[in-house]
Amino acid sequence: MKLSGKTWKFGADVDTDQIIPARYLNTIDPAALAAHVMEDADPTFAGKVGEGDIIVGGDNFGCGSSREHAPIAIKAAGVSCVVAPFFARIFYRNAFNMGLPIVECKSAADDANTGDVFEVDLAEGFVINKTQGKTYESAQVPPFMQNLLDAGGLIAYTRERISKQP
Amino acid sequence: MGMTITEKILAAHSGHETVVPGQIVDSDVDIALGNDITAPIAISRFAEAGADKVFDTKKVVLVPDHFAPNKDIASANQAKVMRNFAKNQKIENYFEVGRMGIEHALLPERNLTLPGDVIIGADSHTCTYGALGAFSTGVGSTDLAATMITGKIWFRVPESMKFIFRGVKKNRFISGKDLILYVIGKIGVSGALYRAMEFTGPMIDDASMDDRFALANMAVEAGAKNGIMKPDWKTEEFMNSQEISPGRDFTQYESDEDALYHSVYEFDGDDIDLQVAYPHLPSNTRPVSEATDVTIDQVVIGSCTNGRFHDLKVAEEILRGNKVAPGVRMIVIPATQKIYMRAMKEGLIETFIDAGAVVSTPTCGPCLGGHMGILAAGERCVATTNRNFIGRMGDPKSEVYLAGPAVAAASAITGVITDPTQVVTA
Repeated sequence: MKLSGKTWKFGADVDTDQIIPARYLNTIDPAALAAHVMEDADPTFAGKVGEGDIIVGGDNFGCGSSREHAPIAIKAAGVSCVVAPFFARIFYRNAFNMGLPIVECKSAADDANTGDVFEVDLAEGFVINKTQGKTYESAQVPPFMQNLLDAGGLIAYTRERISKQP
Repeated sequence: MGMTITEKILAAHSGHETVVPGQIVDSDVDIALGNDITAPIAISRFAEAGADKVFDTKKVVLVPDHFAPNKDIASANQAKVMRNFAKNQKIENYFEVGRMGIEHALLPERNLTLPGDVIIGADSHTCTYGALGAFSTGVGSTDLAATMITGKIWFRVPESMKFIFRGVKKNRFISGKDLILYVIGKIGVSGALYRAMEFTGPMIDDASMDDRFALANMAVEAGAKNGIMKPDWKTEEFMNSQEISPGRDFTQYESDEDALYHSVYEFDGDDIDLQVAYPHLPSNTRPVSEATDVTIDQVVIGSCTNGRFHDLKVAEEILRGNKVAPGVRMIVIPATQKIYMRAMKEGLIETFIDAGAVVSTPTCGPCLGGHMGILAAGERCVATTNRNFIGRMGDPKSEVYLAGPAVAAASAITGVITDPTQVVTA
């Protein structure tokens, strides 16, 4: 799958409290969460992010709380993909489980400026910065997680698993 | 070749003789935990998967603690979703307001979390139970849903990092919180990313269970998958002292001498001072002696990190006969009803109220900026909680300084961040 979009660059250690502050966690409605996405990192972000845009994070993107509301808010805001040097553990797992594409690619993330246009090829494993004319190889998705993705995420995988039970 | 305690537990739960770091295992789960924030999403996913019942009504634990007692109508609706699910699914370990506590203090008190267990929770501080010698880690709501259905979860076996604490603590106020803040200050907020943090050495042997819980609790703040330590007589004593006996068999594991580690860190008690983590990362630590001229508006003593009895006791001893400084709001939150009751019977609550503090029912409340002590723009709080991220306790322009209960209590008296040895004799 190829994704293409305008990038929004953030710094290192963007935690899930910045992605979706706890004051908005009294709902699980994706649209309501998306209205406040990245609010404590950039209060104007929800108003300017567009369909298909790509978030470029720094090291350790998504650290902190396990709240799945964070990838849900990002996805519901129309963001097609998050590119970062590496992700915090629970965020990484959550993104795969609920179907937000994420890509580990340090040099692409380091080089990017807000507004650059990225093309991300998830299957082939590369990121192109079309604005800067550079191509980067991204980290391979571990085979087990690729199987999860191919099955349509953890819930589809689990549905399959229980349907096979006697 | 030997295995670490983490590897042994994962091997035993996935039908393998041995496992190695990097291996993917399909592990049995002994306890799967959710709360009023994370369970509602898991319950939606549970339905989406077409499931109709949980894998084991004893092993799914649900605790309304984050925004409970319900802080607003929307939160009340979320809590109701979980309550109804617990009722319909006949979940035995659902703990209602009045009987609940902050989940990571409550479950060990109920002997639900046991040495050698694999425990997952849709809450990042689920790593707390590593203090009992369990493999215990935080996950998201979708993982919780899948585990509630199947009783299983996949893991990549983590590499282990060993942290050896030699010597003795410098003064009696040094707590498990200071040890873990010191480590996070050394290795950073992603210094243990995806790995197991194994804590060992004389200072761990000497530490109380409450200190061990605080230590394991914040492993996630270094990016770790789990924090763990080997169970010993204190673990057994802790379990035996609870009103409810463990309802299951359990196994105490320890690492082999020849187990392989990603890295080994050795620290000496002489080098570890009382710590304060400045905004806005838990790794932004410095000794309290270097935290000068920080005036504060609020002190919070509580949370899954430091709301246990001995945390309150240390604070109470410092506060006894003193008053909370004018202009400072001090909020004390016993982590469970049992801790609250003991604090009341032993006179702690009286000391807190005499000093001018407020004592709250158990709740995560202000730790995550939910309720019961939200900060205004420009306000500063010293908190015994676990995160000092931007906006964590309220306005994005407020500040949280993380510390142990002794520093928090001393700071409440003076109104500035204060070394407790300057207030009372160490």
